[in-house]
Amino acid sequence: MKLTKLATFAVTAVMAASPVLADLVFPSLSYRTGPYAANGTPVADGFADYYTMLNERDGGIGGVMTKVIECETGYSTEKGVECYESTKGEGSLVYMPLSTGITYQLIPKVTADNIPMLTTGYGRTSAANGDVFSHVFNFPANYWNGASAAVNHFLEMADGDLSGKSIALVYHNSAYGKEPIRTLEELASKLGFDLTLLPVDHPGQEQKSQWLQIRRERPDFVLMYGWGVMNQVAIQEAANIRFPMENFMGIWWSGSENDVMAAGDASNGYKALTFHNVGTGFPVFDDIASYVVDAGKAAGTGEHVGTVLYNRGMYGAMLAAEAVKVAQRIHGVADITPAMMRDGLEALEITDENMAAIGFGGFGPNFKVSCENHGGPGLSAVIQWDSASQSWNVISDFAESDMSVIQPLIDADSAAYAAENNIASQCN
Amino acid sequence: MSANFFYTIEVIANGLMTGVMYSLVALGFVLIFKASGVFNYAQGVMALFAAMTLVGLQNGQIPFAHLINTIFGTHLDKFGWEVPTFLAIILALGVMIGFAFLVERYILKHLVNQDPIILFMATIGLAYFMEGFGDLMWGSDIKKLDVGLPQGGNVWLENATEGWANGFYGFYIDNLDMWATVIAVALVASLIAFSNYTKTGRALRAVADDNQAALSVGISLRKIWVIVWSLAGFVALVAGIMWGAKSGVQFSLSLIALKALPVLMLGGFTSIPGAIVGGMIIGVGEKLFEFAIGPYIGGATENWFAYVLALIFLVFRPQGLFGEKIIERV
Repeated sequence: MKLTKLATFAVTAVMAASPVLADLVFPSLSYRTGPYAANGTPVADGFADYYTMLNERDGGIGGVMTKVIECETGYSTEKGVECYESTKGEGSLVYMPLSTGITYQLIPKVTADNIPMLTTGYGRTSAANGDVFSHVFNFPANYWNGASAAVNHFLEMADGDLSGKSIALVYHNSAYGKEPIRTLEELASKLGFDLTLLPVDHPGQEQKSQWLQIRRERPDFVLMYGWGVMNQVAIQEAANIRFPMENFMGIWWSGSENDVMAAGDASNGYKALTFHNVGTGFPVFDDIASYVVDAGKAAGTGEHVGTVLYNRGMYGAMLAAEAVKVAQRIHGVADITPAMMRDGLEALEITDENMAAIGFGGFGPNFKVSCENHGGPGLSAVIQWDSASQSWNVISDFAESDMSVIQPLIDADSAAYAAENNIASQCN
Repeated sequence: MSANFFYTIEVIANGLMTGVMYSLVALGFVLIFKASGVFNYAQGVMALFAAMTLVGLQNGQIPFAHLINTIFGTHLDKFGWEVPTFLAIILALGVMIGFAFLVERYILKHLVNQDPIILFMATIGLAYFMEGFGDLMWGSDIKKLDVGLPQGGNVWLENATEGWANGFYGFYIDNLDMWATVIAVALVASLIAFSNYTKTGRALRAVADDNQAALSVGISLRKIWVIVWSLAGFVALVAGIMWGAKSGVQFSLSLIALKALPVLMLGGFTSIPGAIVGGMIIGVGEKLFEFAIGPYIGGATENWFAYVLALIFLVFRPQGLFGEKIIERV
C-alpha cells in the first residue's frame, strides 16, 4: 500500500516537474490599454482566436496544442522589451511585437537568442534582406512597398503620368512615419512629381496647420502614414476642407474601421492599402464562429470578427502557424524549437492551394520566403471605404511595387547595418 | 494685397480658434487650482470620461457590459433605446457631479492640510484609475460623438472671400471652432459672473485666497471642493464634447491636457480670463510659427513651440499673464 502511494506520488511529481511538451508557445505582445488600445484590441483578439480555433478544430498544429501568452505593452517600447525578456524563457517560438519601436529594440536580442521575429507590414523595412537579418521576417509587404503601391495607384488615377503632379505625405512624426520618405523621394525623381512632407506630432489630435497647408497648396494626392487618433483627425480635417476622398490614401495602419467611423459619412471614398483581404467571406470565419465565438472561447466579445485589424491579427497568426507546419516537416518533429521555427519561416511558401486548404482562399497574396528574401514580393491591394454599407471594399488586385527603386534602398540600408554590427553574410 | 497676406490672416484666425479649444481644457485646471491649490492631473481624463459617458448614454450602451458578459457569459450590449442629446448631456453632467462627490468623500477629505504635492500625486492616481474605470465601464472602442454641432469649413465665408487675391481660395474657418468660441466665451462669462455675483462664488474666492480664514468664518471646505470639482467636471464635459466631435471619443482625448499646460503657464494658473487669453496667444503663436518658419525646419513645430512661447512669458512674468503674484511675508 505504502509502495503504491509512493509510486503514485513519484509519478505525479515527475509529471508536474516535466516541461509542458505539448504546447507550441506564441507570445502575443498586445496593447489593450493606452492611447492605441482601440487598435491593439482587435489585433490581439484575432491572433488569439485563430490559435483557439486550431486547438478546438484540429487539436493544435501537427498534433501539438498551441498556447498564446499575452503580455501587455501599452504600445510602449520599454514595456515591449520587458515582455520579451519575461516570455522568451517560456519556449516562445516567434515574436510579433506589433510596434516598429519594439521591433528595432528586439532585432539584436532575437538574433542573439536564436528566436525568430515576424513583423507583418511594420518594423525595419531593410530586414527584408535575410542575408543580414537572419532572424527577422517582414513578409508579405513592408512600408516601402506600401509607398510604392500608393504611388502606383495614383499613377493609374493620373492615366500613367505623374509628372507635374504633386503628392503630400502626412506622416506620424516618428521612426514609423518617416520610413517611406526615402522611397517617395526616389519615386518623385523617377516619375517627376512634387513631394510635400507634412509631419504630425504624436498623438495628432491637432492638425489644423497641416490641413490648411494642403488647402493652400492643393496637392493632387495625399498619402498618410498615421496611427491612432492621428488617422481619425486627418480624415475629418480632409473632409472639412473638402479634399476629394478618392485622392486620399492611407498605409495599412491608417485603414481600419476605427479610422473612418468617427468622421461618419464624410469619410466615404477614403482609400487605404492592405496586404490581406477584408470582411468575413472566407470559410475560416465559419470555423472561428462555431469553434471559438459561439463556444464562448473568444478572446474578446466577438464583435471585432471580420474587421480589418482583427483580420490582420488572424492573418499573422495563420502565417506563423503555417511556418510551424513547414518547420515540423523539415525537422521531422512536432514539438519544434524557436530555431526550427526560424527555418520554417525561411522556407515558407504561401500558395493558392494551401490557402484554400485552410479556409483562407483569396485572403492574401501568394509568396515564397527564402534565405535572401525575408520580405516576400511586397504585394498589396487597395481598399475603399463605403460609408453607406459601413464596409471596406477591395478595389484592386494584390499588385507588385516598384522593386527597382526599393531593392537598392533595402540593399544599402541593410549593408550599412551589417557594417555597423559586423554581420557576415548569412546565406552563403 | 497678395494671397499670402490673406493666408496669414487665415492662419491667425484659425490659431485664435484653436487656442480657444485649448482654453476649454485649461479652464478645468484653473478652477481646481484656484480653489484648492491643486494641479489636477486628472483633468484630461475627466474630459475623456465625461465624453465617454455622454456617448454611452446617447447610444443606450449598458455600462460594464463587457465585464458582465465575461463573468456571467451573457451577451449584453445595449438597452435598445437612445437618449436624446440634451438629456444625455444633463445625465452626463449628473454623473460628473456624482464623481465630484466621490472624489471629495474618498480622496480629498482624507488629505485636508496635506502638502499640495500629496494632493497632486493623489490626482495622478485618480487619473490612472479613471482611465481603467472608463474603459471597463464603456469599452475602449472609438465612438462617434454627434451632438448636432456643424462641422467643416464655413462655405458662405469661403465663397464670399474667394478671389480676393490671385491664388486665394477664400477664408477657411471651421464651423465647429466657431461654435467652440461662442461656447467658451459664454462659459467664461458665466464662470466670472458666478464667481463675482453669487454667495457660493464669493465663498469659492474666499477659499482660494485663504482656506484657513474661510474655514474660520464658517465656509465648508468640503462643500466648496464638491462644487469646484463639479464645475471642473462640467468644463471637462464641454471640452470632451468639442474635442470628441473632432476625433471621436477615444483614449487619446485624455492627452489634450498636454495642450493645456503651456496655456496655463502663460495665462496663469489662477485666472479664468487668463486661460482664454493664454490659449489664444498659444494658438496664434504656434500656428504662425508653423506657417512662417515650420517649412524651413522640417515642420511639426507646434508641440514644442507652444512650450517655448510659454517659457519666454514665464521668464518675464513667473505668475503668468493674469496670475496672482504670491508674496509671502516673514
